[in-house]
Amino acid sequence: MEALKILPTPTIETQIFWDACQQEKLLVQQCKECEHVQFYPRLMCTNCSSREVGWIESSGFAKVVTYTIVHRPILPAYQKEAPYILAVVQLEEGPTMMTNIVNCNHDSIKCGLQVKVLFQDWEKGFLVPVFEPI
Amino acid sequence: MESLRGKVAIIGVADTEVGIVPHMSATQLTIDAALKALDDAGLTKNDIDGLITCNSFAEPILYHAEAMAEYLQIKPKLCYSVLTGGGTTFSLVEHAAAAIVAGLCHTVLIVTADSLRSGLTKEKAMTSQASTGHPQFESIYGPTVPALYALIARAHMEKYGTTSEQFAKIAVACRKHASLNPAAQMRELISVEDVINSRMIADPLHLLDCSLISDGGAAVIVTSAERAKAFKQDPIYLLGVGEGHHHEHISQALDFTTSGATDSSKLAYEMAGLGPKDMDFAQIYDCFTPTVLVELEDLGFCEKGEGGAFVDSGAIELGGALPINTHGGLLSHCHPGHPGSMFALTEAVKQLRDQAGERQVKNAQTALVHGQGGIMSSHTTLIIGREVS
Ligand SMILES: [Zn+2]
Repeated sequence: MEALKILPTPTIETQIFWDACQQEKLLVQQCKECEHVQFYPRLMCTNCSSREVGWIESSGFAKVVTYTIVHRPILPAYQKEAPYILAVVQLEEGPTMMTNIVNCNHDSIKCGLQVKVLFQDWEKGFLVPVFEPI
Repeated sequence: MESLRGKVAIIGVADTEVGIVPHMSATQLTIDAALKALDDAGLTKNDIDGLITCNSFAEPILYHAEAMAEYLQIKPKLCYSVLTGGGTTFSLVEHAAAAIVAGLCHTVLIVTADSLRSGLTKEKAMTSQASTGHPQFESIYGPTVPALYALIARAHMEKYGTTSEQFAKIAVACRKHASLNPAAQMRELISVEDVINSRMIADPLHLLDCSLISDGGAAVIVTSAERAKAFKQDPIYLLGVGEGHHHEHISQALDFTTSGATDSSKLAYEMAGLGPKDMDFAQIYDCFTPTVLVELEDLGFCEKGEGGAFVDSGAIELGGALPINTHGGLLSHCHPGHPGSMFALTEAVKQLRDQAGERQVKNAQTALVHGQGGIMSSHTTLIIGREVS
């Protein structure tokens, strides 16, 4: 049997986000009271504590805040792809998220690099957001 | 708010055998550490009326502290387990002190042990490591614990020009200190080149930038300052303590190069009425070399961004201005997971009692001990000393 990557198990709180990924849309939450934008999905606004939190589609543009090149992963599915880039990116809308940077020469990865989201089919058609250089 | 300054003292400390200890279970290591600390203090188990433990990963127990009390056959008035990662053990000292000052109990045994090296199946070790990070928004991207700390290292390098050699010097210093400690797991001296040439784990972190995986346990006994003088060892007083918690998941960090150690140390210094320059040595959580470099700055031993230059100066080695991790730290002494930082505290107490043998810091009066857990997530700083002046 082929080794599998870890897939997310959507919850009541995150189902809308993962459903949108399957439509190749990256959603983040925006507070209807104070307009604060946040990720990951939550019941409340982390800025003003309002429960009136809605969804907006991110432009998908981001910059690399920090990164590492993983040489020694734990699970076989990731070992197959090593070395790979693990990064934290900051979306144009403000929030940060962890991701992989793909289609990127390991010599050209750097903090501040401009990247854009794309959706990769990891297993059984399930799409996961990753980023690539613009 | 009543300050804890000078109100309690550590009167007993002990470590078990550490490193690769396959002949003892995590529970046995816990009890072994407890009995040795009681001996060190000159107490019997019936003198203990508070018990705080940290659950084991290799041999988890639902109500861990209660099970340890039952095993020992003691009936404490305060009994619970805490789990907040590597900072756990120092938070426990704070909680014990608060309980004693509040009159809930008078003598607290804090004991933690685990057997991460010998007590886990390969499968369990792998599963636990692969599940690091937020289950939906981090783990899926294949982070490892070293990779998550590599994110910190890279951010510091980019922002302040810190180098791999500077990180490596931290591992070299810890190993040098371990070479003077007969109990340490890794005692063979290493060079900066050895660290740089060791296998790349998660760029920029090499194998020797990463801490060990070990078996072992340690215990400390805390009592009120009034009672503390009656026992066999010199009491070592708690002068300051503070915690700082900024995030859990690193992708949610408010800042990648400044940590909650700024908050925890500010509280501890204020309580103690002391500053970084008053510390004769420090034990600084060293799960990975960049952890130490960032903490040196956040604890105020140098300016933000100057951690690399501070390490270059040789300050952190025995004989330097601020020797750190005099037992060898998690990098070279041992790292059994959550109990890991406890050895930094038992070592600090032994140093302040002038019982540290070949690695003794001369005339050590006051020390800072810092623990952190998660991925630069939860921070606790302790300041301890021989005198309450
Ligand atoms: Zn809001």
